[in-house]
Amino acid sequence: MELIISNSSDVPIYEQIKEQIKTKIVTGELKAGVILPSIRTLAKDLRCSVITTKNAYEELEKEGYVYSIPSKGFYVSDISREIAREEQLNKIEALIDTAVEIAKLNNIEKKTIEQMLDILYEEDQ
Amino acid sequence: MENILEVKNLNKKYDNFELKNVGFNLPKGMIMGFIGENGAGKTTTIKAILNIINNYSGKVKMFGLDNTKDEQKIKEDIGAVLDDMFFSEILTPKDIDKIMKGIYKNWDSVMFNNYLKEFSLPNNKVIKTFSRGMRKKLEIVTALSHHPKLLILDEPTSGLDPVARSEVIDIFQDFIQDDDCSILLSSHITTDLERIADYITFINDGEIVLSKTCDELLEQYGIVKCGEKEFKKIDKKDYIKYKKNAHEYDVLIENKKEFKKKYNVQVIDKITLDDLMVLMIKGVK
Repeated sequence: MELIISNSSDVPIYEQIKEQIKTKIVTGELKAGVILPSIRTLAKDLRCSVITTKNAYEELEKEGYVYSIPSKGFYVSDISREIAREEQLNKIEALIDTAVEIAKLNNIEKKTIEQMLDILYEEDQ
Repeated sequence: MENILEVKNLNKKYDNFELKNVGFNLPKGMIMGFIGENGAGKTTTIKAILNIINNYSGKVKMFGLDNTKDEQKIKEDIGAVLDDMFFSEILTPKDIDKIMKGIYKNWDSVMFNNYLKEFSLPNNKVIKTFSRGMRKKLEIVTALSHHPKLLILDEPTSGLDPVARSEVIDIFQDFIQDDDCSILLSSHITTDLERIADYITFINDGEIVLSKTCDELLEQYGIVKCGEKEFKKIDKKDYIKYKKNAHEYDVLIENKKEFKKKYNVQVIDKITLDDLMVLMIKGVK
């Protein structure tokens, strides 16, 4: 499992772990029923503290992405892709919402924003 | 969570320094970083925990046992590295192996020799010829080789270059793969601790200032950077300490989120353990 953790990011390390594992579950890279590395192994591999990885896993569990079996470990839940996609879409909507708000406040046309989106999408390809 | 180490109300008086009601708990399976400036009481606390100084009061429990009454039982399960070298300069690692075999029931010669190889420490050269870094590594390796459950390390990474420090930290993380094992380590190289420590305990002038999970600390605490006008608007109870610099005020706050709700300030930096120490010690209220 590839995880890329930045030390200098403003995003706390547990959140980086959480989000990246989530993405892997949503995209199907991590399949339902697969066991995740133990919190201690992951902490050692990422060179972070045990509490950090524990927090990440516990939050993933709360949100339903993984489930735990005591003294065995954490497993990927059989989360319906639709639900996961829905959540990602909600997130995107919230961000666009902010963008639109700023645009309206400054009388920036919808067209300009659309152009921006086009450029950003092309950049990634 | 069960505690592997409990320290309660430690007091010790020297002529010009005292430990004042030092107390904290270290849960099983965790690493605690013990920070504070030189002379703040880190070493004295560690020596009291190990029961190698006299005339202190308070209670120390390890594995649920008392550190004085059950000293013999406890020592089997502790690995310690102190700041001052405790090996004679004329010994070789080979001699140490022999000596330790006589001291610890669980001494593991194979493990010890593997570590020596891993760290390129020559088996048959006297310690006198070792560099500072090599000595430190030898001490750490020795502390680990009787399968202790609790490692107590005073400045284990001081004198080590970044590569050696990274090797040592790998070993520490290997050590706590067993969730019955814990580490208490004092250090002033705080970048090492920021990453691997589960808990941070901060001692200043003989008193514990805070003892928290490292994640909580780094996430919640912050430094507000502002001008005099903005600073004057901040309520005294909303910051811990501040420091006036040439061009700005650095204000240490306990909860970034709450602060943002209440005040409109431009810059709130995330904190490092170094910042925390400097502001706690040099800052004023």
